[in-house]
Amino acid sequence: MRGTVAALLRKELLVELRTLESVPAMSLFAVTTFVVFHFALNRGSVEGDLGAGVLWVTLLFAAILGVNRLFVADAEQGGFDGFMLAPVDATAMLLAKMATLLCYLIALELVAVPAFALLLLGPSLGPSLPGLIGVLALGDLGVAAIGTLVAALAVRTRARDLLGPLLGLPLLVPIVIGGARATSPLLTLAHSAPSARWLVTLGLYDLVFGLIAYALFDFLLED
Amino acid sequence: MYGKRLRPLSIATIAAMALALALVFFYAPLDAEQGFLQKIFYVHVPLAIAALGGFVLGAVLAIAHLRTRDPRWDMRSYVAIHMSLIFAVGALITGSIWAKGSWGHWWVWNEPTLVSFLIVFLLYATYQPLRFAIEDPERQARYASVFAVTAGAFVPMNFIAVRLSTAYLHPRVLGSTSNLPGPMALTFVVSLLAIVLLYATLCTYELTAKHTRAQVRALRRRVLGETPEQEGRRPRSAAPTTAPGAAIGAEAAGRAL
Amino acid sequence: MPALELEGLARHYGERQALSDVSLELEQGRTLVVFGPNGAGKTTLLRVLATLLRPHAGRVCVLGRSLPQQAWAVRGHVGLLAHEPLLYRELSARENLRFHARLHGVGEARVSELIDAVQMQARAREPLRTLSRGMVQRVAVARAVLHDPELLLLDEPYSNLDPAAVELVAPLIGAGAGRTRVICSHDPAGGLAEADVVLGLRAGRQGLLRRAGEVGAPEISELYR
Repeated sequence: MRGTVAALLRKELLVELRTLESVPAMSLFAVTTFVVFHFALNRGSVEGDLGAGVLWVTLLFAAILGVNRLFVADAEQGGFDGFMLAPVDATAMLLAKMATLLCYLIALELVAVPAFALLLLGPSLGPSLPGLIGVLALGDLGVAAIGTLVAALAVRTRARDLLGPLLGLPLLVPIVIGGARATSPLLTLAHSAPSARWLVTLGLYDLVFGLIAYALFDFLLED
Repeated sequence: MYGKRLRPLSIATIAAMALALALVFFYAPLDAEQGFLQKIFYVHVPLAIAALGGFVLGAVLAIAHLRTRDPRWDMRSYVAIHMSLIFAVGALITGSIWAKGSWGHWWVWNEPTLVSFLIVFLLYATYQPLRFAIEDPERQARYASVFAVTAGAFVPMNFIAVRLSTAYLHPRVLGSTSNLPGPMALTFVVSLLAIVLLYATLCTYELTAKHTRAQVRALRRRVLGETPEQEGRRPRSAAPTTAPGAAIGAEAAGRAL
Repeated sequence: MPALELEGLARHYGERQALSDVSLELEQGRTLVVFGPNGAGKTTLLRVLATLLRPHAGRVCVLGRSLPQQAWAVRGHVGLLAHEPLLYRELSARENLRFHARLHGVGEARVSELIDAVQMQARAREPLRTLSRGMVQRVAVARAVLHDPELLLLDEPYSNLDPAAVELVAPLIGAGAGRTRVICSHDPAGGLAEADVVLGLRAGRQGLLRRAGEVGAPEISELYR
């Protein structure tokens, strides 16, 4: 199983490196969105609740871009068949795709968070950085699980680019709730710690939907 | 088979609804704070409960479909979710009316149940577009079932998350439904029963109608020798049709659903 | 133990029957050739045998294992050469084959062996999208036999190959290799030459089922009327 996941992950990252379809688009989208927010909100800096909201909404929509592309190569180039012909567990593909999406999200955040700190964030980010990384990690796990499930659902349908976001956004609302509420105190001058309640909520949500994705993924891979 | 249950169900529903209406207007006392407007609670909350129950039922039926691969479970799951969606719209509208009456706004964000409902509604509203976007009927049923299970798990998680996020400081606009005095509680229970019966009856009607249509198609195919292509360009719908195996002879089909 | 045992195999697509009541037996090492017009169900049959599609009715036994319950045991012993090459265009031939080798638990040496066998050494490191259709087909053949399957399923295998390439792949997918084969073909003469058993499909139904010597090209052409 581990070998299969590694082989799949390697293939995913290799294809992404060659085509550069997802990560640059996601990162650029995030930075541009920050600029749009500046003009839309008519503010030079944000903090607290507003800052958390701007950050999470931007990351969410940038993530959707990555989710949309996640299975496209497999659907168009017979990757599902090739995989299903091999004596491997379908869960391996789920784990590999989740890991891929996670890598994309981390790459996205490596660009988006500094950009956010530079362009829009009022208070300095330094002291809050460890806390922010923790919250983002919890949120990313949930986005990876739900994003992979939704991407697999949407990819072999007719309106795949529309259905992905339509299905995914409501499912991701609780992650935005937990993530934004947890991030908000980190983005204030006081640099307070996030409330444990939100971290537990995020963790619980990640766990539930991770299990759901694990249980249902097989049914999506069949023809 | 469903046809047999329709009449007693319909009669029971009409009786329950008549009784509920009578209780609501003539028996339940007026609420001290909200007055007559509060009576919409007897419609709004049962609709919400029926819708949520229906969504979870849809998820359970979808699990049955995934385990047995029998398309009849998928049909039942589809009807359950489809009907719940309609009831959910009813819950949203009555909730909105209630909010307007007691708070002055058509929408309030600090009523966590209403907000959770909106999110759940937005999710389930994608169920039919999802089905419509998949042409292969078997895959359509399978993907719809996966969605139904995911969404069914989402419902309670969503309510928890939204409830947590609504600040404790704001009072609940639409009032708590626990600690009801006797007459109100009785009225509420009867109303709930009436709405649940209405849900069951409407679902049974829809299942019977679909089943009958499928039987007619199967009979036409046998008697007139029509192929599916010849049956005319039926407009594509998001609803599932039963597979040939499930609707072959009249008696067999009678036992089937 | 026969390689294939089908009895009343059926598969529907909604209310349309894609395959109905297909029954046949094929011994190991033999070749079954399937003829039939487009939409007759040839590809569906192949995909059912490859465990990619579930049978909706009837009994299907591939290499002694019944489908769909034991599909997991069949995978790894079946090779499929489909209409699509099932390869990633952005990766090179070597990378694609290496990926499939890892999925099947096959070593690197076999990858090199097959790249040599289909004479793709010169362009094994270029992305597949830069190669011609014929070259991609050669790599697809390599992929299909990478794990040395007992049963080969070939969907019009020679369609994109020039005569030189056909000779090249013959040792891999031809009769000589000793594998059980199921071939979908549109070429009555060529197909008949390779067949031990002939199956004719028409609108999902079994039109004819004969041993190779008992049927001629004209009967095959009848299927296409």
